[in-house]
Amino acid sequence: MADFDVPVLGDYPICPVPAIKPDAMKGLKPFAVNNPAHNTALGFPGALVDNWEEVAVAKMRELLGKYRSLQVFLDSCVKCGSCTDKCHYFIGTGDPRNMPVARQDLMRQIYRRYFTAAGKYLPKLVDAKDFTREVLDDWYSYYHQCSQCRRCSVYCPFGIDTAEISMAAREIMDAIGLGQKYTNEILGKNIKIGNNLGLPPPAIRNTLDGIEEDVEDDTGVVVRFPLDVKGADVLLVTPSADFFAEPHIDGLIGYGKVFHQAGISWTLSSYASEGANFAMFIGSYSNMKRAAMRIRDAARELGVKRIVVGECGHAWRVAYSFWNTIIGPFDFLDPKYPVPQHICEFTNDLIRRGALNLDKSANDHRVVTFHDSCNVARASRMGQVPGGQYTIPRDIIKASCNRFVDMASGTIHDQTFCCGGGGGLLTDDLMPLRVKGAYPRMQALRQVQEEHGVNYLAAICAICKSQFSKVLPYYKFDRDMIGGVHQLVSTAIQLGTKE
Amino acid sequence: MTVVTLLYALLFYAATAILTIGVVRRVVIYARSPAPLRIVTMPAPLTYTGVVLRMVREVVFFESLFKSTKWTWLFGWLFHMCLALVLMRHIRYFQEPVWLGVQIIQPLGKYAAFGMIAGLLALAVRRVCVERVRYITAPSDRAMLLLLLAIAISGASMTFLMHTDIVAVKSFFLGLMYFEWRPLPADPLLLLHLTLVATLMIIFPLSKLLHVPGVFFSPTRNQVDDAREKRHVAAWARDPA
Repeated sequence: MADFDVPVLGDYPICPVPAIKPDAMKGLKPFAVNNPAHNTALGFPGALVDNWEEVAVAKMRELLGKYRSLQVFLDSCVKCGSCTDKCHYFIGTGDPRNMPVARQDLMRQIYRRYFTAAGKYLPKLVDAKDFTREVLDDWYSYYHQCSQCRRCSVYCPFGIDTAEISMAAREIMDAIGLGQKYTNEILGKNIKIGNNLGLPPPAIRNTLDGIEEDVEDDTGVVVRFPLDVKGADVLLVTPSADFFAEPHIDGLIGYGKVFHQAGISWTLSSYASEGANFAMFIGSYSNMKRAAMRIRDAARELGVKRIVVGECGHAWRVAYSFWNTIIGPFDFLDPKYPVPQHICEFTNDLIRRGALNLDKSANDHRVVTFHDSCNVARASRMGQVPGGQYTIPRDIIKASCNRFVDMASGTIHDQTFCCGGGGGLLTDDLMPLRVKGAYPRMQALRQVQEEHGVNYLAAICAICKSQFSKVLPYYKFDRDMIGGVHQLVSTAIQLGTKE
Repeated sequence: MTVVTLLYALLFYAATAILTIGVVRRVVIYARSPAPLRIVTMPAPLTYTGVVLRMVREVVFFESLFKSTKWTWLFGWLFHMCLALVLMRHIRYFQEPVWLGVQIIQPLGKYAAFGMIAGLLALAVRRVCVERVRYITAPSDRAMLLLLLAIAISGASMTFLMHTDIVAVKSFFLGLMYFEWRPLPADPLLLLHLTLVATLMIIFPLSKLLHVPGVFFSPTRNQVDDAREKRHVAAWARDPA
């Protein structure tokens, strides 16, 4: 089914470290922006500028002055090798440029050459290089083979985070007009229309009407999916994939049922109908702010008391870690609640208060495991204690089903493996990378499938859900295995018994 | 005053100035550059005290490296801890009378040289033999290991094999501190050791040795997990008023 090699799963939870295969993935590049409007809409040059080397170096100088992370990370690496076997893309491809340190070194070579004495006078000694077209091509390839999952940063003795480097590299490439089509086109839609898919308000209403009918057919209970309702208590911001994609939509149904049974008024917004914020993937602070500002504006306009964010990994990172800084303060919301709140925090609180009636046996046909999504696991938190992002989703799962089993330690919590499709890589032109990058996760999943009969892979990220439903078949899993945590809640919840 | 004394006096003044100015300059750059977003690697402490403890675990015990790879941790930690002991022992050459603490660690500090050498050798073997590590190694990385090894071996040789006139060496360095030129013995092993040490001091602020100040400024390690409670707007990110 594939015109590339799919890694072969073995009888172990953790993949072996591959031998290096230089340049194995050198040729793989995602499509670049070919319609200049997709760049200019974000404030970037429409196409590669003539004096790109000069502009790129100037941009790097600007970023070094704006981000302590970049300056410290470029200086501090000692090449200890701790990160070399930690990236799922290296494990899946064997391309040594996919080792986090080697990926960083593509930028470090340039940094040394243009910004350090050693690189200016003794370039060979410290592996410094001129910013040639060849180097730029390598940047484009390998900075688009990083899903910014931050697994490497967990193991680095200096906390060097390759995500920060790849975000800066993409920001520099955008500044010279070399944008990635997938991310920039989608981000443009989000900023202009309010969601990644470019869905206009009537299309969203129409979808929600369809969902209301389906839920009524299924359960006999009328559950509302409100849109643009002024004065609702909660504004729900969720990835727009929840409106139409499978299995995402079953999660949205789950959120609706939870609100319904808890009797809490809520609404979606057609103006801010997107939780995802792809500006993070390209390190663009200004575009991240533009996209997020729609949500603040919608919350004010609708007069809600709190904002709840649906199941989406990097959306939660942006919401949890960045919103207050870039679009705060949220002094117009009810101070009793954290801003923002994750849907899992919200549901878990209700479960603990006994406000939901969940029948675990409704999920008895499922044996569930949980995939910690990277941005939730390593870049944000839930609840009041460190690590709540690991326990809260699992507590919800355990309250919704009888059979739950974790994958091997070393592949969960802060050591979780990326699904292989995050960070702006969820595009068909990167399919070989996506499949190979999923290998470590698939390996851990195979073990719990064989030992415990796991047949449901729960995740709380729209990208994870899309990515897994695409790559699971390559590893001979059923593509329907993947689903949301709130899909389990949706199955277990007994409507008409509490409200 | 001999030529040797003059040369080494000037060399150590220059090396000290380059090391101090270079590192202070870097620290000022790190401290002044903004951290406009919370990017701490989770799970992370919720309080400043928690962050201090996290940094102590990272700097003293190499917590993240331990999580990653036990062999590299073992050799790296051995080298760094022994280096710290050796450096502390060397304080005695810059003071009279010698602090009690420095006197106490004297025997430990002497033998720590062997731990240093063992750690460095193991790291060197790893750098050559592990394919992945070989791939990421630049000539400067190999040179750095050789330099440190040469410093450790030349130093240990003077302690255990061919003693130099250590009383005169101490007098030379105490003299430097009070701007009094006192003779330095022209012992080849001593001169080699001192030349290498001065070289290390000079390249410190120009090289990956910047990981020493760098680790304290790493935002993924030194930030409090408080993004929902506090805003962290950098000056450049403020809206124009």
